[in-house]
Amino acid sequence: MRTERHAGRIALLALAALAAAALRAETSGPATGRTAGEEEKPKAGGDWQHWHANNDVTDLPSAQRGARNFVSYCLGCHSLKYERWSRLGTDLGIPADLLQKDLLPPGDKPLQYIQTSMPPADAEAWFGKVPPDLSLMARARGRDYIYQFLKTFYVDPTRQTGANNLRLPTTAMPHVLSELEGLKRAVFREETRAAEGGSSRELVFDHFETLAPGRLSPVEYDRFVRDTVNFLDYVSEPTQTARRALGVWVVLFLLVFTWLAWLVKREYWKDVH
Amino acid sequence: MAEHAIGADDEIDLSRRKFLTRATIATGAIGAVFTAVPFVESWSPSERARAQGAPVDIDLTKVEPGQMIAPIPVWRKSPIYVVHRGPEMIKRIAGHDDQLKDPHSEQSDQPAYAKNPLRSRTPEFLVLVGTCTHLGCLPKQRFAAGELYPSWPGGFFCPCHGSRFDLAGRVFQGSPASINLRVPPYSFPTERTLRVGADEKGAA
Amino acid sequence: MAIKTASGAPAQLPPAGRPSAGQRLWAWLNRRMPIQGFIEDQLTGYYAPKNFNVWYFFGSLALLVLVVQLLTGIFLTMFYKVGETSSFDSVEYIMREVSFGWLIRYLHSTGASAFFIVVYLHMFRAFLYGSYRAPRELLWLLGMAVYLALMAEAFMGYVLPWGNMSFWGAQVIVNLFSTIPGIGPALVEWIRGDYAIADATLNRFFSLHVVAIPLALLLLVALHLVALRQTGSNNPDGIEIKDRLGPNGRPLDGIPFHPYYTVKDIVGVGVFFVLFAIVVFFVPTLGGLFLEAPNFEPANPLSTPEHIAPVWYFTPYYAILRAVPDQRLGALLMLIAVMVFLFVPWLDRSPVKSMRYKGYWSRLWLTLFAISFIALGYLGLQPAEGLYVVLARIFAVIYFLFFILMPFYTRFESVRPVPERVTYHAH
Repeated sequence: MRTERHAGRIALLALAALAAAALRAETSGPATGRTAGEEEKPKAGGDWQHWHANNDVTDLPSAQRGARNFVSYCLGCHSLKYERWSRLGTDLGIPADLLQKDLLPPGDKPLQYIQTSMPPADAEAWFGKVPPDLSLMARARGRDYIYQFLKTFYVDPTRQTGANNLRLPTTAMPHVLSELEGLKRAVFREETRAAEGGSSRELVFDHFETLAPGRLSPVEYDRFVRDTVNFLDYVSEPTQTARRALGVWVVLFLLVFTWLAWLVKREYWKDVH
Repeated sequence: MAEHAIGADDEIDLSRRKFLTRATIATGAIGAVFTAVPFVESWSPSERARAQGAPVDIDLTKVEPGQMIAPIPVWRKSPIYVVHRGPEMIKRIAGHDDQLKDPHSEQSDQPAYAKNPLRSRTPEFLVLVGTCTHLGCLPKQRFAAGELYPSWPGGFFCPCHGSRFDLAGRVFQGSPASINLRVPPYSFPTERTLRVGADEKGAA
Repeated sequence: MAIKTASGAPAQLPPAGRPSAGQRLWAWLNRRMPIQGFIEDQLTGYYAPKNFNVWYFFGSLALLVLVVQLLTGIFLTMFYKVGETSSFDSVEYIMREVSFGWLIRYLHSTGASAFFIVVYLHMFRAFLYGSYRAPRELLWLLGMAVYLALMAEAFMGYVLPWGNMSFWGAQVIVNLFSTIPGIGPALVEWIRGDYAIADATLNRFFSLHVVAIPLALLLLVALHLVALRQTGSNNPDGIEIKDRLGPNGRPLDGIPFHPYYTVKDIVGVGVFFVLFAIVVFFVPTLGGLFLEAPNFEPANPLSTPEHIAPVWYFTPYYAILRAVPDQRLGALLMLIAVMVFLFVPWLDRSPVKSMRYKGYWSRLWLTLFAISFIALGYLGLQPAEGLYVVLARIFAVIYFLFFILMPFYTRFESVRPVPERVTYHAH
């Protein structure tokens, strides 16, 4: 066996390993990712950068709840301009009459795209910018990003909206979920950082302090956010479940074909001395 | 190693070789057919096209007897002719079956509920896909009796190749078109609303 | 048996050896076009060395990926709508509303990366076994031309979805031309057709991506194959099999390409498609390597993505560009890093072709080169700061030393004796 042949196999193996690793990264958050929501720890929220959405798009009830959350709390400002109401209903298993009754804004038709009724000009005047379309947010920024964003709002009287955010500091978005989550304060500590020409002191986030509870308990709020992220994950690629389901068959078929082709090769190469 | 690289070997089983080759070719052919599916399927109407081709509701309150709804509504990118036929017009549909190619709509394309002499669910409203069954032009309204020739009972006349249809959209002999004007699936969700593209069987 | 014709005379039975309808059609065709001759000449009569190993799969795989890209590209063009205001939307239309549009798009986007994986391995094979050495210099140059065309094709294709990375990638790459002394700024404006990357740029890149460069690619690939047919394939031992002919005039160490290498290459195709399908169906973005997350946001000329990096296949060169503190020199070194491959046939002065018989210096430098190419590829994806820049500089130096020193280490190292005949052990 020649060494370079080894190298070739190693290259192929490495490629396969890469694919496998990326597959794990894509389909679920790391197994070590600790589930957030344990807000009662002494340093509540101190590890927010390591929170993972850990959602599952095949969990239809969760995505359905997420759709309801979206309609109740996000649709006022945000659109899903690439998703039709009817598509949402079909993919998430929501019957047409329920879709019409529970989700569709009055006057909207099922075949329409999901559009906010807020005029962009008003949005610009109120928030300084048009709230982004959320169709692809879960792909562009990631599910964990949205999850962390919705869970790290804190009261900040210096902001026009009265709220600030750890994931997206100085966000223009008000904390629309405060009624559910309650209000919390961010406690910062001073840290000394070595910098050029001496050291500088800067504020570093330490932990959250609850100011007022909301309608939901921390666990319920966590589920609320997770469902919403799950829904946005679905919307970012509505075909993803079908994609994975089809992929299994394609790969199995190709394995059979490759095995047959290898048998043929082995037969023919018996000629070669 | 002086001999040629290729040589027959005693242990070579030619029938096994042939069988495996055929099995692989067959599997590859199946794979090729499966591979063709997404490409072929991608040409069929997309979700957008299907959404745009969804059933349309037409208000019937504004159309007087003897009139066709204008502007012509569109369903699935096709013009839809909706004619409010008065009693006098309905009378003119009878009596010329012998001059028609398909008087009983045996060869023609319509839902079961329109396979009758008036080719409609209710006598007064005629609903047709307004493209000539010959080559797809839009037939003109020639509703008045005698408008084309003295015995003309009123109907449609296609300017492209001269096909003639009566007030039920049935084609006259001597026309290049061979079947009657198509009737789309339709229903009346309310008395004065026509829904084209959907009936009791659901959306088309 | 008495068969009578209408006239009552006994019928003429067809003679025993009368050709079937299929055979007659085949003969009819061949009288008018040399189909059989072509097959005999190019496949069954084309003798390839019998000792190809796994590295020799990548040539046929490159051809396969080209076909995949052409087929999926043709279909994507049916649904894609080029334009500043329509490109991004039409890609999402393909992904969501066209039946199986998502599959066709992922096949194409994965195919782009697969193309480079296969081509890089194919090129590495040439380094391993000296496939660029005489008489195959032109074969190598034509292959390099394919590679350059492929880079242009991939770059312009990446602009078409008109995501934010498309926009800023185009912005950065096109601005590289501004470093050309004198004409730079005017040239950049001409390439863009506007004062920034805009609709005009998108439109011309679309035309080049779907018409001009694919035509050039096909022509260059055809020429590459013609040159291959002329010289014959090299092999892992770096021996010319044409030098040892048998009594029938065929190379003693050669076997007909068909059926032996067709059946073997099909196995390679199968393995390749398994890996390809795993990516397409389970990890189409490959964690941001094949499809970058910022490209799921529409192009925004007022907002650069926080972390801008080209797709992985360009990052080795991109890392070299960023490793140099001077703008013009950086662009120049990047250009040299690509073009230096053209000179390899004349830089390698070794008396032997294959790494099997070259000395330790050659092995060491090729290993270092492979490591630095991969390392630069990794560093090009990282932010240009701190240790990353230092490492990029070190690996860039190794990258260039591999080529600069090649005439010396290949000539003066001690080599092992090359056998008379190729090394092959039947299984």
